[in-house]
Amino acid sequence: MDIEVKMTVNGKAVSGKVEARTLLVQFIREHLRMTGTHVGCDTTQCGCCVVHVDGVAMKSCTMLAVQAEGKAITTIEGLAGPDGELHPMQQAFRDHHGLQCGFCTPGMVMMGVDIANRLPGADEKTVRHQLEGNICRCTGYQGIVEAIMDASAVMNAARS
Amino acid sequence: MGEFGIGQPVRRKEDVRLLTGGGEFTDDINLEAQVYAAFVRSPHANAKISAIDTLAARSMDGVIAVYTGQDLVDAGVGLLINDANYTNRNGKPMHKPTRQVMPVAQTRFVGEVLAMVVAETPAQARDAAEAVEIDYDVLPAIASTAHALDEGAPLVWPEHGENLVVHWEYGDKDDVEAKLAAAHTRVRVDLVNNRLIVSPMEPRSASAEYDAASGSLTVYTPSQGGRRLQMMLARGLLKMAPEKVRIISRDTGGGFGIRSKMYPETVMVAFAARALGRPVKWRGDRSETFVSDYHGRDQINVAEMGLDASGRASVLKVETLLNVGAYLSENGVRLPMEGGGRIIPCMYDIPDFYFSVKPMFTNTICTDTYRGAGRPEANFIMERLMDAGAKALGMSREDIRRRNFITEAQMPYKTHLGFTLDSGDFDGTMQMALDAADWTGFEARRAESASRGKLRGVGLATFIEGAGSRPVEGMRMRFEENGDVTLFAGTYSHGQGHETVYAQLVNEFLGVDFDKVHLIDGDTATSPETSNGTFGSRSSMVGGMGVKRASEAVIAKGRKIAAHLLQTEAERVVFENGVFRAQSSSVTLAEVATASRDASKMPEGMALGLDESVVFENDVENFPNGAHVCELEIDPETGILEILNYVAVDDCGVILNPFIVHGQVYGGVMQGVGQALTENVVYDASGQLLSASYMDYGMPRAAHMPMMEALFNVVPAKTNELGVKGAGEAGACGAPPAILSAVGDALSHIGVSHIDMPLTPEKVWRAIQEASAVKAA
Repeated sequence: MDIEVKMTVNGKAVSGKVEARTLLVQFIREHLRMTGTHVGCDTTQCGCCVVHVDGVAMKSCTMLAVQAEGKAITTIEGLAGPDGELHPMQQAFRDHHGLQCGFCTPGMVMMGVDIANRLPGADEKTVRHQLEGNICRCTGYQGIVEAIMDASAVMNAARS
Repeated sequence: MGEFGIGQPVRRKEDVRLLTGGGEFTDDINLEAQVYAAFVRSPHANAKISAIDTLAARSMDGVIAVYTGQDLVDAGVGLLINDANYTNRNGKPMHKPTRQVMPVAQTRFVGEVLAMVVAETPAQARDAAEAVEIDYDVLPAIASTAHALDEGAPLVWPEHGENLVVHWEYGDKDDVEAKLAAAHTRVRVDLVNNRLIVSPMEPRSASAEYDAASGSLTVYTPSQGGRRLQMMLARGLLKMAPEKVRIISRDTGGGFGIRSKMYPETVMVAFAARALGRPVKWRGDRSETFVSDYHGRDQINVAEMGLDASGRASVLKVETLLNVGAYLSENGVRLPMEGGGRIIPCMYDIPDFYFSVKPMFTNTICTDTYRGAGRPEANFIMERLMDAGAKALGMSREDIRRRNFITEAQMPYKTHLGFTLDSGDFDGTMQMALDAADWTGFEARRAESASRGKLRGVGLATFIEGAGSRPVEGMRMRFEENGDVTLFAGTYSHGQGHETVYAQLVNEFLGVDFDKVHLIDGDTATSPETSNGTFGSRSSMVGGMGVKRASEAVIAKGRKIAAHLLQTEAERVVFENGVFRAQSSSVTLAEVATASRDASKMPEGMALGLDESVVFENDVENFPNGAHVCELEIDPETGILEILNYVAVDDCGVILNPFIVHGQVYGGVMQGVGQALTENVVYDASGQLLSASYMDYGMPRAAHMPMMEALFNVVPAKTNELGVKGAGEAGACGAPPAILSAVGDALSHIGVSHIDMPLTPEKVWRAIQEASAVKAA
């Protein structure tokens, strides 16, 4: 039995009919055909699927699409400016070689933005600890941690 | 040249699309009218298949087809093959069992694919897969590397009579035994090189479509280059003409060795697409990839070394057990010999060597190449031996290495099994690492830790690699009408940044703007005929040299055209910074490219166009090497180990892009840290995989390391004109022995001599407790 869901994704109202068991990530990838959000595991460990739900980082494989009813979702596709200008977090990942194969990257970037929002000025240890739920196999995390700390400073400066 | 040439930390071209959700991984590709596959996998490690009932599954909603192994036999699908050919000393050949894509009569590991369901939606396929009923006669199974060769162990291939694949030997055992017995000092290490899940972040997946009119099949899959997969799938498995099979990998989420292999699921997706005439798509769950991706490592090594009183080693014996799994994968069985064996005794000059390798079958998924592919295992053996030798003789760990290093004066230096080392400054590289890590100031830091009740240790490991395997690779260069240059490569970037580095090389050699150079790889329809792909840290050499050779050919041709345009002789034309000059007149490469399309502007008899297609061929690899120093602290109350400082000094020859090479080092080291501290595959006695998800398998996380320092000691390779040495696998070679060396340093004074990887807090705590109990008694 299909259920109607409505939400906002990257500022745009969307709706669709889904099975009750449809995960938010499936709705985003398979119904909306927005494939920037990735699926890297089935046990909520890897963080490749992190999106923002009402501004907070959430693993979209761990939430049903129907639970996102009425919520505002931001995915990796919605982060850059309308003219394509990279978000400071995206730019920092590029500047610090925070990505290699790029598969964990959308989740890492969305998590990085969340860390920067919640914990402005977080030190290296804190950032590393905050990344417990995001796995990267390529970079050894060094560029990722540097990028988050760097972008966090840029975002902080922009806020003040 | 300039800010985009060789050696510049150029930001990557590939990043913007990958950072904005624009990557195209296999599961991101959707084909018109696609249907979905799900697989039925064996829950048993060893069982006869007495019946497969697909009737219920076939009648379920949306189900289009159900296939079993018998369907493949009936359709004439070929076997998954291995072309290794080793013999026992008595002349008996190795045992080579055949491997069906889906076995018909017996399953030999948990997770083996036994049936496939195709349905209109992924959920329907999954539901129906659960309804396939298989009757099993369960047999005893063996998974343990330590016990698979025991008398009475269950046999994976009973008709063979034993689980031993082959007993391969090098050297004179009796002579080496005698020399060990006569040595002033003899040390021995017993080492488990733990089995690992390779785990690239993109789960394995495949989509395929078949065009009946042209009889052509297109397969989308993550890979490390499609040409070999194309040949295997076409010739061996589906019996099609290779030109009718196209393999496309747009973006691939990491490889690390296991992506260059052909897997049953890929064959099945392709088979079903051809049989049904509809595109078929499959994305593996992480749980599926845990049980069915090839695993890495899984060796047990016993090694002995004989030294004189000065610490000079002269004799070495290595006995290796290797778990190859239930079948022979493409390369797994080769790794101790052709991966690790060729480099042993690594950085050291040890004249006498006996080497015994016993690969064995077990009821587990196959092992195969994983970052380093035999070389991390080889270096681990040698580094543990050197530490043991230093301890036995009361020498420092750096001195014993120094005493035994192969020197530059000895190069070219031929290893026992046939590598010829061309270059390397092993002592200088080690010294850089010791200096950067303040090795001599360590005791003060140890005392400071001790004052807080912590056990601090510092470790040293040096290592050498053989990179650039199968050094033959094509490269095509095309000049576009707008002045852009497009490269078509058979190497395939799946994280390494080839789009960026090859563009730097074109910029360097031809002066073409970095932004105007494009790379097309990952598509057998456009890649060079001669192509092996990306593995074994080979692309900097074979791909880089391909770009260089193509550029040279373009310049040679361009000089003739420029001479014609400038009305002079080709010998008088020089090419520099993208411009052909003859005295005061000049013409740009772009102008030459334009002229080359116009017969009226070309010298007589010259073919139109500036495009080039070359094959780079080398008869020798290159030998990246390095030294790592790791400093760590152990809390004796909890066994928790924290890495406090990590220095990696690498000689990977000439650095094409330090930004990217640093990334390779960091990533490789972290995989080594994972092997040393957290990662371990566990099968229970019945062959069930217990570490079958990220909840049970310890992937290294960001908090496992501090910021590390990576430095280079550049000694250009003499084996290729670029001077490059492959950088991809070095980190994974250096980190495990560096960490073990540090733990040995932290714990030896309380009586702990060795702990097998991974060094989990529990194991470290127990080792400390047991040593304390012995001391107290």
